[in-house]
Amino acid sequence: MEYNATEVAKKIAARWGNKPENIIEMMHDIQTELNYLPKDVLYEVSKFASVPISKIYNIATFYNAFSLKPKGKYKICVCMGTPCHALGAPRIVSALERELEIKCGDTTKDMKYSLEITGCVGTCGLAPVVVINEDLYGPVQVSGVQKLIKKYDSK
Amino acid sequence: MKNYRLQLMVCAGTACVSNHSLEIKEALEREIKNHNLENEAQVVQTGCNGFCGAGPILVVQPDGIFYQLLKVTDVKQIVEEHLIKGRPVKKLLYTPPEEKTPIPKLSDIPFFAEQTLIALRNRGLIDPENIDDYIARGGYKALAKVLTSMTPDEVLNEIKISGLRGRGGGGFPTGVKWESCKKAHGDEKYVICNADEGDPGAFMDRSIIEGDPHSVIEGMIIGAYAIENVKQGYIYVRMEYPLAIKRFQIAINQAREYGLLGQNIFDKGFDFDIEIRRGAGAFVCGESTALMASIEGKPGEPRAKYIHTVEKGLWDKPTCLNNVETWANVPQIILRGGKWFASIGTGDVSEDPWGGSKGTKVFSLAGKVNNTGLVEVPMGITLRDIIFRIGGGIRDGKKFKAVQTGGPSGGFIPESLIDLPVDYEELTKVGSMMGSGGMVVTDEDNCMVDMAKYFLAFTQAESCGKCIPCREGTKRMLDILEKITAGQGTEEDLVLLEELSNAIVESSLCALGGSAPNPVLTTLKYFRDEYEAHVKDKKCPAHICRQLNTYKINEKICLEIGHGCDVCKKYCPDGAIIGERKKVHYIDPAKCGKCGACYDVCNFNAIYIE
Repeated sequence: MEYNATEVAKKIAARWGNKPENIIEMMHDIQTELNYLPKDVLYEVSKFASVPISKIYNIATFYNAFSLKPKGKYKICVCMGTPCHALGAPRIVSALERELEIKCGDTTKDMKYSLEITGCVGTCGLAPVVVINEDLYGPVQVSGVQKLIKKYDSK
Repeated sequence: MKNYRLQLMVCAGTACVSNHSLEIKEALEREIKNHNLENEAQVVQTGCNGFCGAGPILVVQPDGIFYQLLKVTDVKQIVEEHLIKGRPVKKLLYTPPEEKTPIPKLSDIPFFAEQTLIALRNRGLIDPENIDDYIARGGYKALAKVLTSMTPDEVLNEIKISGLRGRGGGGFPTGVKWESCKKAHGDEKYVICNADEGDPGAFMDRSIIEGDPHSVIEGMIIGAYAIENVKQGYIYVRMEYPLAIKRFQIAINQAREYGLLGQNIFDKGFDFDIEIRRGAGAFVCGESTALMASIEGKPGEPRAKYIHTVEKGLWDKPTCLNNVETWANVPQIILRGGKWFASIGTGDVSEDPWGGSKGTKVFSLAGKVNNTGLVEVPMGITLRDIIFRIGGGIRDGKKFKAVQTGGPSGGFIPESLIDLPVDYEELTKVGSMMGSGGMVVTDEDNCMVDMAKYFLAFTQAESCGKCIPCREGTKRMLDILEKITAGQGTEEDLVLLEELSNAIVESSLCALGGSAPNPVLTTLKYFRDEYEAHVKDKKCPAHICRQLNTYKINEKICLEIGHGCDVCKKYCPDGAIIGERKKVHYIDPAKCGKCGACYDVCNFNAIYIE
């Protein structure tokens, strides 16, 4: 993805009043826009928000939501809430690993899919649940995993 | 406002939306237009209806006819049969499991009939994105009452009389907390709404926000008024709830437009505003001091609470933090009186604020139960009533094993204690806790050792790493549980698990570590036989722990039904499957890595666990 690190950082920091206490919100916005937290943008935002880069890296590695590595176009998150676990979420993860030929936490070589587990998404009535970007699916069955991915293959 | 003959309330909670309820709404509007019924029937999108397992849901008012599991293709029939001819569509109504006659009315369905609604009083009845709907149902009336006819002390007193206790799980008396914050020195104070609902299996707060965000905002404004010197409030919502964040923002904007937030509210010289802060996927941020650190733009690490947050909280100023459900109860307590609230529930709070559990509690009922969804019940109701009367019993006629309350901080409650009343003290006594309200039902197919391992893996990953007992202790406990589920456990391990648990409970800095061993302690206490089966017999009675399973192929099914389809061989990572297409397949036990991939992929159920 093409972007100008200074421009992105300037715009987003201004949105949050360049206030150091809003650094987490700024990082959310960077990630929403660029899909991950690129090093150059973090260095720029560090200047605009007056937060040391060491502190930004501390936050980026502390919180699960942030990624310093680029993610696939489609981020597949398998919910790991208790009801999902009780209804077989670990089997869904293995099925997706087989289907995408990657391990959980990795991204396919063509940068199309990332596979992750996520905390409870709160739609326990639909367990087990899989979230792909903004789309939520459930109940997902091992036998339905192939079809689910096919929907995105052609996109 | 215009009057309509019929109102079609389409549920637009996250679960229903993901099953296309918004498309159903559009289809209804289209079909109504096609039949020129625009002046008779109105389609309204509501917040979460609560019966999430039956979604997408449509309720036709004023009769309260309840439609479930809808598809876009059902819409035409509903409009033609019900709206025009007045005949509800039978096949789309709710039918209790193992019965044949459908129950048309929402109020007659046991799932709804047994509930008492206070925090969820507006569920399914209003459009959460429209402040006028909330006002029409009596919203902001409590705020008007407070600002025009009550002093801050009177408001506080009403909350104290009500006996309301923290709904986030701790059960700290709300009135006591408000009072301490009020008494704390400082002319700059804060109120916070904790909407970082991280407990897996809990979704009450999400539903309240998505269905009725103004009730939380109104509660916060009232709290700010009662505590005094509060000009700013924060709502901390976890980022996993995008719809909740969106609806909160809409609600805040509307409240500002109506002059209910901002400067000089109700012309009473009272200023107060609210901002949203997004969480970033850290469970520990549900802990109050960690949450405040996160709002300040720091990593969410808790601190020791020698000085309480009501004295030194956000930016070291006195801060009153309450959970979503707690705030949502406040307007009703003001309107109907603390005494009314205290008349519901258990115990007596007139002398001791910890003397009882008052009002209602919202639980999210999930797992192996027939009716999954949100239930609000009076305190003191038994677990049996919740699971079997409201929840409709266990799925597929299986046997109930245990119910897990309180998320990773809670414990498992076995069948022998199912008549236990739901009450802060009672649940703590048996080793679990009220928690935020997650209630996950497990049946005979769940392995208790595996469930305990699941929770330990969760808390271990979410431990912030600041204090050693939690960081190292949970890791060692998880190692032991992994050893046991892999069939390498010994009897000494069970003793060690207990010792470690007690040490972690005693010495952790915050409640995350202090309660993390609860799932292990309760399963050890109530399901020791399952641990022993893993350790002594090297068997998992529920067949969940794969390393203890022996996979076999039923030759007859493989050949006669599956015609030797060869799929299992393709997926076996160990090359342990012998056989070729159209012929019977076998598993070589010497090579089998017991991953269970063959068991998962076989379309004919030819592979079984011995």
